[in-house]
Amino acid sequence: MSTITLNDTHHNDHHDDHAHGHHEQSFITKYIFSQDHKMIAKQFLITGIIMAVIAMGLSILFRIQLAWPDKSFPILETFLGKWAEGGRIKPEFYLALVTIHGTIMVFFVLTAGLSGTFSNLLIPLQLGVRDMASPFMNMLSYWFFFIACIIMMSSFFIETGPASAGWTIYPPLSALPKAIPGSGLGMTLWLVSMVMFVASQLMGGINYVSTVLNMRTKGMDLWKMPLTIWAFFLTAVLGVLSFPVLVAGVVLMIFDRSFGTSFYLSDIVMGSQVLPNEGGSPILWEHLFWFLGHPEVYIVIMPALGISSEVISVNSRKPIFGYHAMVYSLIGITVLSFIVWGHHMFVTGMNPLLGGVFMITTLIIAVPSAVKTFNYLATLWRGNIRFTPAMLFAIGMVSFFISGGLTGIFLGNASLDINLHDTYFVVAHFHLVMGSAAIFGMLAGVYHWFPKMFGRMMDAKLGYLHFWVTFICAYLVFFPLHFLGLDGVPRRYYAFTEFEFMQKWVTVNIFVTWSAIVAALVQVAFLFNFFYSIFKGKVATQNPWQANTLEWTTPVEHIHGNWPGEIPTVHRWPYDYSKPGAEEDFIPQTVPYSETMMSNMPHDFEGNAESERIQREWDAKNNPTKVNAEFH
Amino acid sequence: MSLRKFISNKTIAALAVIVTVFANTSAFAQEAAAGAAASAVAKPIDMVPIYKSVAFYAMLFLLACLFIAILGKALRVYELTREAQDKPAGINWNTVNGVIFVLFLLVGLYGVYFEYTVHGNMILPDAASEHGKKIDQMFNITLILTTIVFIGTHITLFLFSYFYKNTGKRKAYYYPHNNALERIWTIVPALVLTVLVLMGFLTWRSIFFKIEDPNHKPLSIEITSQQFLWTIRYPGADGVVGLKNYKLITGTNALGMDFKDKNNLDDELADELVIPVNKPVRLILTSKDVVHSFYMPHFRVQLNCVPGMTSYFEFTPTITTADMQTKVNDPGFKFLFYCSKICGSGHYNMQKVVRVVSQAEYDAWVAKLPKIVNNDLRKQFNLPLVAEPAAAPAAGAPADSTAKAPKKDSSAVAMNKPALKK
Repeated sequence: MSTITLNDTHHNDHHDDHAHGHHEQSFITKYIFSQDHKMIAKQFLITGIIMAVIAMGLSILFRIQLAWPDKSFPILETFLGKWAEGGRIKPEFYLALVTIHGTIMVFFVLTAGLSGTFSNLLIPLQLGVRDMASPFMNMLSYWFFFIACIIMMSSFFIETGPASAGWTIYPPLSALPKAIPGSGLGMTLWLVSMVMFVASQLMGGINYVSTVLNMRTKGMDLWKMPLTIWAFFLTAVLGVLSFPVLVAGVVLMIFDRSFGTSFYLSDIVMGSQVLPNEGGSPILWEHLFWFLGHPEVYIVIMPALGISSEVISVNSRKPIFGYHAMVYSLIGITVLSFIVWGHHMFVTGMNPLLGGVFMITTLIIAVPSAVKTFNYLATLWRGNIRFTPAMLFAIGMVSFFISGGLTGIFLGNASLDINLHDTYFVVAHFHLVMGSAAIFGMLAGVYHWFPKMFGRMMDAKLGYLHFWVTFICAYLVFFPLHFLGLDGVPRRYYAFTEFEFMQKWVTVNIFVTWSAIVAALVQVAFLFNFFYSIFKGKVATQNPWQANTLEWTTPVEHIHGNWPGEIPTVHRWPYDYSKPGAEEDFIPQTVPYSETMMSNMPHDFEGNAESERIQREWDAKNNPTKVNAEFH
Repeated sequence: MSLRKFISNKTIAALAVIVTVFANTSAFAQEAAAGAAASAVAKPIDMVPIYKSVAFYAMLFLLACLFIAILGKALRVYELTREAQDKPAGINWNTVNGVIFVLFLLVGLYGVYFEYTVHGNMILPDAASEHGKKIDQMFNITLILTTIVFIGTHITLFLFSYFYKNTGKRKAYYYPHNNALERIWTIVPALVLTVLVLMGFLTWRSIFFKIEDPNHKPLSIEITSQQFLWTIRYPGADGVVGLKNYKLITGTNALGMDFKDKNNLDDELADELVIPVNKPVRLILTSKDVVHSFYMPHFRVQLNCVPGMTSYFEFTPTITTADMQTKVNDPGFKFLFYCSKICGSGHYNMQKVVRVVSQAEYDAWVAKLPKIVNNDLRKQFNLPLVAEPAAAPAAGAPADSTAKAPKKDSSAVAMNKPALKK
């Protein structure tokens, strides 16, 4: 059907630059092995949502264990069998749960689900490109990710259970099956899955970078790109530079585990058996892992920051405050994020001199983050805010980013980290700044671009319900956890029963668990809203949020190649909202300055003397008040 | 006209449905209450199995979904009615969300106050070590600064959200940038962070780069971690912890001590970490199997124990256990150290008691510690045997009697048995 309408609207010249498209597509090429960036984005999103639901379910399981360590839940035994004998989760399985929860959330949901979805969807649409630089590689990127998910989940169906050495899989625990059962086949699957995943990310990342650098439409110079694209671009750069290091580390780990090398192992005695490994160091793994691991947390948060910038600007009906500062702070974060990984290792026994150095770089990175926060606040100031669900999530994202970011100042300080390292303070910190903030950015994106993805609107009222309950519950879950950390309660403890001083936190744990359960249940409202609206939602208009960016100039109906006719030319930056003198409160990027003489300002012309002269002459003739206001 | 009639009919019908539902539920509730009252006399219903059943909670959840669905439908009907009657939309969701932000701010501020005062009082007491006091001081400065920023930015965020919500009457203020403002909020955080960095850096240096005072040598104690227990080794009279090699580890020589090294001959094992107050202590941290973390929060001490590597942490305790007990008003108070790096299934229970005592008490206690070396070991290392009455089992015993199984025969002893048979 779409093909027919398409051909009707085709311009003749269009076939030149886009000759390959518009064959009859079979179900398989359209929905499964699709090379269309919009379909791949949807595949990433839905896979990401499914993985998020799984990981959230795992977190509820271990929260139940923490809240009621002595109670038996027979239903757990029904589902988990020997891992929950007598209805109580076993310590080994508890560790497997936290490990897989972390891995799925960080890599599969907040990296692939977030970047994969929105980079794929928005990079071509917001830059005026017909598709990614390499659509085939883009398709492979999704399918490698899919295989990685399957392999990771399959570890729940093996005898020894999933990997259980924490998502950071520090050796020797992760290298020796004798140390914990999860380090047997489960860890092998984890490593294989991660190699697949990194391959997927690299293919995706190279595609994003090359598309952004080479394929922008006419007029779209770098300083006219929306902040979303800046964020996705820099995220992709980060990923391309840091993920290979993880692969290197993982390969060495596979060698240590399976071929008897000693990259990470030395001087180990398991029980009474002296292992032959000599000369390696677990610290090496920690360095390799965190060399990716720290950029990784920015890979997670930067797309969320980009999405929030866009959503906040559109829904405040105001230009984002300090566009250049926003871009420079993203660049600053990108560069600095490569030299802060050591702050995860202050107390590993790494040379204390390094600790001092990494503390300095870590606290410097707080500056661009602070700039971004203040710019968000300035964008809201004197705005004309429409609380769409996307806007609510973007505001929530800013709130979490502040709350979680501030506790980072404690942890980034090596001296304070001595006592806070590996406690619940860390758990609270990164769940707010990386978990909640990033997932809120992702949800803001889903609500905002749902009409673009599916041509229909999500229900706003269910969105409000979803936002408020999630927002409140996330704070109820994570805020109290800071204080457990300040009391010296370490993370990844199976039960608080063995320490007298931890008894007083059991009631807090029960409260936190209930909050988490409520937060998890309210996601049903989102899932229902999401899947119901795909089929039954209100049909979207072409530009439902009155936004300036290019994606809203494409037809609601998806077509391969995005624009039926010529690709639009870009004339201005994407944030001309509520410009004085303009008829409406937004001016799309495709509108040339010659059509908006009434609202043009001197800085619009970026020092082009000829344009400024024309404008000045026009103003003198037609708009004398503005001449006084702007040019003198 | 007919459309309006239809819709208003639908409204009435919907309202009727809602009323019936509520009437029925309340009627059921009354019946149930009456029934409960009646049966309460006869036999009390045991609700515990019901509260434990999954079906009960599933039903509760479905009920909540139903309630939300009815609410949604009612709202929808209400809005359609307003629309059909050409009245302005009944509920302004912008206002609703703006108001909730303000409410959230107020309740949230109270919540933060509650957390700081109630849970904030449940945290660790003041540091019990010299460097810990510096850390605490810096923590408090950071806490004050971040709390100000936290409260300030959140008030701004939520009040802006409320005051600048769309009312349909205003246009937003076109304000793309202000370089002066941006410079201010780049430079001010940078300055504040510089101060924090400097303080942190100096403290960090003072903790890890200690100048050795030859007249005031620290007491060296070696801690060896393994799944899931700690072994504490005291240096004995010579004050030096002897050499060890993991390749020498056997059932009888759990640490792999090399008894060719004379410094090992007077080394002693202990079941708890006893240290004299106000004397520097130098911890030597090693691990036998996986990475563990030696965490002693009251003293603000933490460092990982890494296999194949030795790490050191020097600190000075400033308050005895007895004084701390009076200070926190808890006669059962104990200093502890435990593991804080994921290390396996027993990670959650890997603890030892720390006792800070006066120098006199320490001297008395340390004098009673059993030596590690015994005739079995002497034989192994071809050292001259010494007549010693039944000191042998003491060698391995204290190594592993963790709090988890204090009464059980320690596994090291169990390990010793086959070795002894040989």
